[in-house]
Amino acid sequence: MSLHAATAAELARGLRAKRYSAVEVAGHFLARIERANPALNAFVTVTRERALADAKRADERLARGEGGPLTGVPVAHKDIFCTTGILTSCGSRMLSNFVSPYDATVVERLDAAGMVLLGKTNMDEFAMGSSNETSFYGPVKNPWDERKVPGGSSGGSAAAVAARIAPVATGTDTGGSIRQPGALTGLTGFKPTYGRVSRYGMIAFASSLDQAGVLAQSAEDAALVLSAMAGHDPRDSTSVDAPVPDYAAALDKPVKGLKIGIIREFFGEGLDAATGDAVRAAIEHFRKEGARVKEVSLPALPLSVPTYYVVAPAECSSNLSRFDGVRFGHRCKDPKDLTDLYKRTRGEGFGAEVKRRIMTGTYVLSAGYYDAYYLKAQKVRSLINADFKRAFGEVDVLMGPTAPTPAFDIGAKTDDPILMYLNDIYTIGANLAGLPAVSVPCGLVGGLPVGLQVIGPHFAEERLLAAAHAWQRATDWHRRMPAAYA
Amino acid sequence: MTLTRRDVENIAHLARLEITEAEMPVYVKSLSSILAFVEQLSGAPTADVAPMAHPLEGQVQPLREDRVTESDRRAAYQANAPAVEAGLYLVPKVIE
Repeated sequence: MSLHAATAAELARGLRAKRYSAVEVAGHFLARIERANPALNAFVTVTRERALADAKRADERLARGEGGPLTGVPVAHKDIFCTTGILTSCGSRMLSNFVSPYDATVVERLDAAGMVLLGKTNMDEFAMGSSNETSFYGPVKNPWDERKVPGGSSGGSAAAVAARIAPVATGTDTGGSIRQPGALTGLTGFKPTYGRVSRYGMIAFASSLDQAGVLAQSAEDAALVLSAMAGHDPRDSTSVDAPVPDYAAALDKPVKGLKIGIIREFFGEGLDAATGDAVRAAIEHFRKEGARVKEVSLPALPLSVPTYYVVAPAECSSNLSRFDGVRFGHRCKDPKDLTDLYKRTRGEGFGAEVKRRIMTGTYVLSAGYYDAYYLKAQKVRSLINADFKRAFGEVDVLMGPTAPTPAFDIGAKTDDPILMYLNDIYTIGANLAGLPAVSVPCGLVGGLPVGLQVIGPHFAEERLLAAAHAWQRATDWHRRMPAAYA
Repeated sequence: MTLTRRDVENIAHLARLEITEAEMPVYVKSLSSILAFVEQLSGAPTADVAPMAHPLEGQVQPLREDRVTESDRRAAYQANAPAVEAGLYLVPKVIE
């Protein structure tokens, strides 16, 4: 088997068995990036020298017999994670000159695990988008069909792993930004419970929703990377102080007796028929394996998208006020006074969608509108949360589609923000309630991958990974590669 | 909810964003449609519902001792600044 067809777990085993060196593995992926990236635009920065230096250190560790479960395995980081001495752009002109003076906790931990940094991946600007078309660095192409979007906002990470130019990549998920691109590119996209992974050094979009996770080839890979990146961090006051289980050890738990709830509201109008069929067939497989399946209703869930488009812009308008052209990032030329400096810096530095969200957030928080919009949305968020709580009183996990359709054409939805926002109709609920959720590939529709979403209660990561792994032992959708990159 | 050009100018000023002539009609239209879209929340029954600001119930904000834990890295941080002099960030004159 060629190196790029191997999962991260398989690469790690091969490295520990000395079948190849970490330097060879890094060289293989760097060569693939060089060939594929001009067409895909998945990477903003390729860190060739850093990768080779990391790989050399990993080989030394492995030679001493000190290698861990990820030592020597290459990784790509979404360009939202700060990396010391490396451009950290967040997909924005605003940070197109920002070389981070420190590492995000996620970066630090995967580095300590001995992973090899291949580079930084393209993304929707400040993680605001569902198609990776809002990036200052241009759209990312879907390796399954380069006329299609890879999803977003972690589109570069998704395209890189789908094309096997990186074995695994990090992502962030505020409203579906790991799971939706995971579904659209045939990957296992895992978003942990809010607070499970530190947000320190992860550029903030909407702080009550943001969570770091993984775009991987399999549940096993997601488990390995999650075990290494999760855990309490005193530098992020919302990170949860609870021990991190060995997620890989939980993979083999059987699904017999698992109580699955099918979310009725996820199978209505707007769901592509063939995508719905693939998802239903996957759930039927679980039933045959001994899971108990029933339909559940979460009546407030259809209000997720409007709730999100009040809460997330409100938080973003506050978080992005730090970009003022004074301490870092873009600054306009020849400001005539401080207000002019702020306005032109921000007008030039932010793209259209980011400005739209800042203004939406500014409006819903402004005097006279706060109660009608922001407070109301926070109350509806409570209703949605209560629906999930009630459902998890009856079932162990919830299942449904990840996205309403397979990947769509580049440019198809850029003129209509509402149409674009509706891509996240099935993913946003988990963010509003802070729940862990995973998308696993469950079929091809017109040659394009579609995903099954599994949502669990807070801190039920192990249950989700076991369900995903059981599905992947019985099927090979997750091993399919786009023909052009096989 | 339909916003006027004047409304958008006001929001843009509050957000300290310069919006060009060419961008203005696009934002008047799209911000109006977003506000119309989120309008559906107004029908939700929330009379006795508490607002939810944080996804993990019962989690208390941890406190730590008020002491210096970080080293002085001013020079490293200021390497990213657009204009500095003698360790200070430079901005246009604020007070005449």
